[in-house]
Order: sequence, then C-alpha cells, then structure tokens
Amino acid sequence: MASLHYYLLVSGLLFAIGLSGVILRRNIIVVFMCLELMLSAANLTLVAFSRFNGSNGLPDYHGQMMVFFVITVAAAEVAVGLAIIVALYRARQTINTEDLTSMRG
Amino acid sequence: MPLPLFWFFALVMLLGGVAVVSLRNPVASALSMVASFVGLAGLFIGLNAFFVGIIQILVYAGAIMVLFIFIIMLLDLQVEQKRAPKLAPLLGGLGIVLGFTIQIIGILSKTPDAEWKPLDLAAGAAAHAQSSPGISAKLAAGHLPDVNLIGDILFRGYNLPLQIVGVLLLVATIGVVVLSKRQEA
Repeated sequence: MASLHYYLLVSGLLFAIGLSGVILRRNIIVVFMCLELMLSAANLTLVAFSRFNGSNGLPDYHGQMMVFFVITVAAAEVAVGLAIIVALYRARQTINTEDLTSMRG
Repeated sequence: MPLPLFWFFALVMLLGGVAVVSLRNPVASALSMVASFVGLAGLFIGLNAFFVGIIQILVYAGAIMVLFIFIIMLLDLQVEQKRAPKLAPLLGGLGIVLGFTIQIIGILSKTPDAEWKPLDLAAGAAAHAQSSPGISAKLAAGHLPDVNLIGDILFRGYNLPLQIVGVLLLVATIGVVVLSKRQEA
C-alpha cells in the first residue's frame, strides 16, 4: 500500500514539472497549462492529507472542500486568462513572452 | 491504493506533465495535459476521493481542455514554432527545479510517514448518527457515500464560501464577455 510520502513525493514532482514549464516555455498558453499542473499538484497534496489524517474513520472532508474551491477558482482563472490572451493576441499578433517586453524598464 | 496501481497512475500523471513541458506543438501539450489529469484523477479515486476525481475529469479534461484547444485553434499558432532555446533560462529553470526536488526529498526523509489505514465506516456511522441519519445508514451498510458527505459539509459548513464562489464565477463570466468584445475603432 502506498503511504503518505509516496503521494507527497509525486505531488512535489508534478509541481516541479509545472514550475519548470512556467520558467522554460515561451508560449504563454503552455505557461498557462503549466500553472494548471501546479494547482493540481497542490490539490493532490490536499487530498492525500485529507485521506491520511482522517477523523472518525472517514477522510477529513475539509481538505476536499478546499480542493473543490481551488478547482472552481482555477476554472474561473482559465476563462479570464484565456480571454486576456486573446485580447493580447489581437493587440500584438504574438503570444511569445519574449516579444512582450513593452513593460521592461 | 496498491503500489503497482499507484505507480501506474503516478507515471501517467508525471509523463503527461513532462510531455506538456517538452512538446513543441501547443495542441500536443494540451492533450498531454489531459493525460496528466486523468492519471491525477486515478490517484484521487485511489484515495477514496471519488467526487473530486470525477470533478477533476469533468472540469479539467472536459471543459478546460476544450477551452485551451479552442483558443489554440482560434489563434492559429503554426508560424511561431521554430525558435532556438536560450541556454541561460534553460539552465536556470532546470537548476531551480532540481533544487526544489532535492529539498522535497530531504524534507520527506526527515518527517514521519503515515501508513495507509482502511476506512472505519462503523465509527463514521456512529459519528453521523445524530446529524445526518441517511449518511449514517449508508455508512453502516458498508458504503462510503462520498457525494453525500461532501454535500453535507458543503452546505452546512461552507455555505458562505459557496455563495462567494458563485459570485466569483459570475464576475468571471461578465469579465470574459467584456474582455473579448471587439473594441469599436
């Protein structure tokens, strides 16, 4: 049976993969997908702790409520973020982050 | 969750994540993201979080992936795929990630582990006997009524946050409509 550390390790690795994508990739849509990966890694940690630190023989459902709200907020974030990307593409005709340097000092 | 099954879903999830980062084509990245989230949903279900696992597939692999694919198709990004990667961000990014991973392994080796314990449904049934007899009856019958338990705690304990999230979704919807309206020139 997989113990708590297995889940935490895998979730940390997924977070690291998402972080590397945010740093390395230049396509802003892929950067956005990697942000979703990082959010999901946090969700996996929450669910793992809720299962392993249960109360009364059941999982601790407060942790799963937090996952529920994180998923909801992430969905809203994706909708707004993609709308911003579309507006950005209309204004600049690019979604490459290296070309979006007008705020550089 | 048995170890072989755990490693299967974990590998699907991690390889999907690596493919999201490493594939050049954004459509391929979006589809690997779906593979990653299906593996993650498998892990959730193995942790007895059935509702969260199903929501993960419905929301991420369904709605959000379609949204990503739709935007990629809409923007038609075939032109800007060729570009040589720069060395400094590559090294920096991989260095940060490597440090992070080493740190996690170090922390995990020093913290106490929690062994997998099967759920004690009888104790749960006793705890819910007063507050919600329906859930208690299902628990006593040997089932885990996951959705009932989540609905119970959502509407009893998290009613105000639920309303606030509803308002947030409304604001996001209106904001998206305003943002994507073409400006009158």
